[in-house]
Amino acid sequence: MEFADQAVVARARSGDAEAFRVLVERHSRPLFRLAFRMTGNEADAEDVVQETLLRAYRQLGKFDERASFGTWLYRIATNYALDVMRAQARRREQPPPADSAQDPLLSLPSGEPAPDRLALSGEVRERVTEAMEELSAAERTAFVLRHFEGMGIEEVSRTLGCQPSAAKHSIFRAVQKLRRALDPLVGTAR
Amino acid sequence: MNHLSEEDLVLHYYGEAADALPVDLHLKECEECRALYGSLQRALNAVDGLPVPERASDYGVQVWRRVAPYLPVRGRFRFLTSPWQWAAAGAVFATLIVAAFLMGRSYPQPRGPVQIAADPEAQQRLLTLAVGDYLERSQVVLVELANASSARTLDISPEQDRVENLLAENRLYRQTALHMGDAVIAGVLDELERVLLEIAHGPSQLSAMQVDELRRELHDDGILFKMRVLDSSVRNREEHKL
Repeated sequence: MEFADQAVVARARSGDAEAFRVLVERHSRPLFRLAFRMTGNEADAEDVVQETLLRAYRQLGKFDERASFGTWLYRIATNYALDVMRAQARRREQPPPADSAQDPLLSLPSGEPAPDRLALSGEVRERVTEAMEELSAAERTAFVLRHFEGMGIEEVSRTLGCQPSAAKHSIFRAVQKLRRALDPLVGTAR
Repeated sequence: MNHLSEEDLVLHYYGEAADALPVDLHLKECEECRALYGSLQRALNAVDGLPVPERASDYGVQVWRRVAPYLPVRGRFRFLTSPWQWAAAGAVFATLIVAAFLMGRSYPQPRGPVQIAADPEAQQRLLTLAVGDYLERSQVVLVELANASSARTLDISPEQDRVENLLAENRLYRQTALHMGDAVIAGVLDELERVLLEIAHGPSQLSAMQVDELRRELHDDGILFKMRVLDSSVRNREEHKL
């Protein structure tokens, strides 16, 4: 796709709206998936997709044609989604989560059903959604890029514009929080 | 025995550990670390099951319809390639300015100076009044579509013309509201704009199924409800000021 993108991007940069249309149609779906996993909200994800593409069009002149267009789009989407997530956090009136010892998710009884049953369980899905919401914007973003998008830590750090050590720390914190929150349902914590 | 840290296990899970072999060997020997790693795997597997809402197969086309009207025109003057063409275009432009000036002089002058609302409160009031009126007109069109009969094919081209006009107004009011920091009005107008765009750029002839779908979308989005709430809210604001 990247090779195919290069030619289309070159045409879009020269003012060919139809070429940009091809890029929009090609990248909207993965952008939506990324945006939804980051924001956890369908309407916000749609907003991120739309705003990302508008920003990309306005900044096409700054795009380095040697780079991957998809990664560049992801960077724009990630930055905007982070703003949206911070706005979401401000909108939430509830206080920030207490320390993990007081986390209500941790006090759930451990039934230890089989993992294959858990995968289908609506309760687990609900817990996962809640646990994801408990992550900070930076943790959630780094985790989504690493876990769902399969980016290496170096690439995550480039996308987020931070040091690899900071990206690694965010991913680690996210996994740690998720494991602790989900442990009563899926296993035993140390 | 030194146990593996949770960070080591996370890196191992993602295949980013500097050396995987010692971690594998340790996990074989250490029950405690193996249990922790198992817990981590199960948690991350559960996260994998988190669903992402399905998008229609023509999702890319839908997104294009939504963003296309907002794209600034690029390369608009690409046809002006030589200095002579630029000079000719400049001459035409200058002529137009002179003609506009002369036409302006021949028009009757207003009797008094035009009062421009300079203070923010007056501007807010003007916006509120205009948006109230605009919402009422938009609701009429959307309610007509929401209540349209789905018994036969429906021609909505007259409604699409009205929607096109409403869209132009919507952009103006939304931008003004944003400029004045009225996030509530701007938010509802933004949602309304998306709905209007879909109608304006959709097909003119709707099958019974498409009418049903449109009706369902209008109800599911809750846009009519939000418009009514905003309409009533802006009218209340006005009543309090009177």
